[in-house]
Amino acid sequence: MLEQLDLSMVNWARAQFALTAMYHWIFVPLTLGLSFLLAFYETLYYKTGNEEWKRLTRFWMTLFGINFAIGVATGIILEFEFGTNWSNYSWMVGDIFGAPLAIEGIFAFFIEATFFAVMFFGWDRVSKKFHLVSTWMVAIGSNLSALWILVANGWMQFPTGMVFNPDSARFEMQDIAAVIFSPVAISKFTHATSSGFLTASLFVITVSSWFLLRKRHVGMAKKSIMVAAVFGLVAGAFVGFTGDEAAYANARLQPMKLAAFEGLYDGEQGAGLVAMGVLNRDKRPGDDRDPFLFEVRVPGLLSLLANREAGSFVPGINDLLYGNATHGIVGVEEKMARGKIALARLADYKAAGKSGDQAAAGAALAEFDRHREFMGFGYLQRAEDAVPSVGSVFYSFHLMVILAAAMLLICLLFLYFTYKDTVAEQKWLLKLGLSGFWLAMIAGQAGWIVAEMGRQPWAIQDLLPVTVARTALDTGTVQATFFMFLLLFTTLLIAEVRIMLKQIKIGPEEK
Amino acid sequence: MQTAAKGEQGLLRGVWTFYRDGFRNMVLGRTLWKIIFLKLLIMFAVLKVFFFPNFLQENFHNDRERAEHVLENLLRR
Repeated sequence: MLEQLDLSMVNWARAQFALTAMYHWIFVPLTLGLSFLLAFYETLYYKTGNEEWKRLTRFWMTLFGINFAIGVATGIILEFEFGTNWSNYSWMVGDIFGAPLAIEGIFAFFIEATFFAVMFFGWDRVSKKFHLVSTWMVAIGSNLSALWILVANGWMQFPTGMVFNPDSARFEMQDIAAVIFSPVAISKFTHATSSGFLTASLFVITVSSWFLLRKRHVGMAKKSIMVAAVFGLVAGAFVGFTGDEAAYANARLQPMKLAAFEGLYDGEQGAGLVAMGVLNRDKRPGDDRDPFLFEVRVPGLLSLLANREAGSFVPGINDLLYGNATHGIVGVEEKMARGKIALARLADYKAAGKSGDQAAAGAALAEFDRHREFMGFGYLQRAEDAVPSVGSVFYSFHLMVILAAAMLLICLLFLYFTYKDTVAEQKWLLKLGLSGFWLAMIAGQAGWIVAEMGRQPWAIQDLLPVTVARTALDTGTVQATFFMFLLLFTTLLIAEVRIMLKQIKIGPEEK
Repeated sequence: MQTAAKGEQGLLRGVWTFYRDGFRNMVLGRTLWKIIFLKLLIMFAVLKVFFFPNFLQENFHNDRERAEHVLENLLRR
């Protein structure tokens, strides 16, 4: 019985997954963004014939190679965890995820075996044009290979293009285009990749700032900054645009997540966006306490972002939990009742199948189909279980947004002083530039906390809570592997940082 | 025909020497490959084998049994 299992196993399994995903996301954004920066630098070399561009392309390519080598295959561990810790989930989504993840594996292999090799080994061995094409292929291929895992993640947040088969207990793909082009998948892919571009741009700015502060490789650093600042600025604007699209999709498809990251308990007409605020830790859904100890709101902006209409209604946590008849919102309590009917009819269907009573099986299945979209709610004990950790999601979201704005400003300032050709003299800016990469890393991690903690308690939105998605393992097993991964990933991270720092200190090849 | 076969051989030889020389001339790359191999060894030969068995593959014989097990879990409330 699920209620007899130790619930802390779920939390350790979640912590392990979060640990793996967060370490994985240290390496991925640099790969995604640096690959395009390499392509830009090499294109400038190809167009101008200036050897300085080649020298700096090779330098950044070395750092790209280090990051790639240390980070490669860290994502595979997530798949290990699916099979061991999340076997129910893994079985249920096998038909949906199998194809995209297989495509990713094959795609990545061919890109890496061919174009990576030409990019690293091919200087002076293949034509300049073919080398440039290979570098571009690495950039495009690396980013496209990220598409599939993000499509899979998008499907978990908005399960579409499938039907649940009660005989195989699997979600079966009905429409692959609906899965790939779902609004959540698209915003996931565009937001995650563009944030990777911004992160890589800030990485280049940070390293180049360090060179400029030490008056080393000045020409190379200035050239690197020029391209990175433009790319970072464009990417940053795109991050804002895609983030807005993601919030708009949340409003329609995951309104609880939106309410949580805004700390909105009671829905409002013309709801304001919290620019900054401190949550009241004692606040609980349904009570009369003020959700904030302190807040600064921009009037009407949340309604505008969520519904594209400043005066529109944005539901809060209480509306979503207990329903709001005026605005046609069905509450979680009602969804739980329908979810319990779905599960009861599923049990009837199974029993009728075993006893060979086709008529009863048909009737049970028809009733199950009427309520199956609420299936997951049938597992909740209390309506309040459908609320994610408001504090974690709220603070992560606001931290992410504030840091994104700071990063855009950094790119803008670097571009301005590069245009004035005085960037090397702006010590204050170079010191600020040293922090850019770290801000980007924190923002990226905060973004994933918003995305993943914001959709709790669901492994698959509305259909499968994490408590049912797991395997019935004992807590000790998961705890042990959690610490093993912590050790492995920390070792890899230390290795990356040490090798990276050594190469940065060495700098580019001599002329 | 003979010219085509020779051309193919030449291409294969070219590809082979390209990779061979590339790997031979690596400096930092050698360290990185060592890290990659060590990491893959730990992941696949230790973690996967001893700590991350596929629960449904290990405990059930066929997909019918696996489906039955998952369905039972879904219905235990």
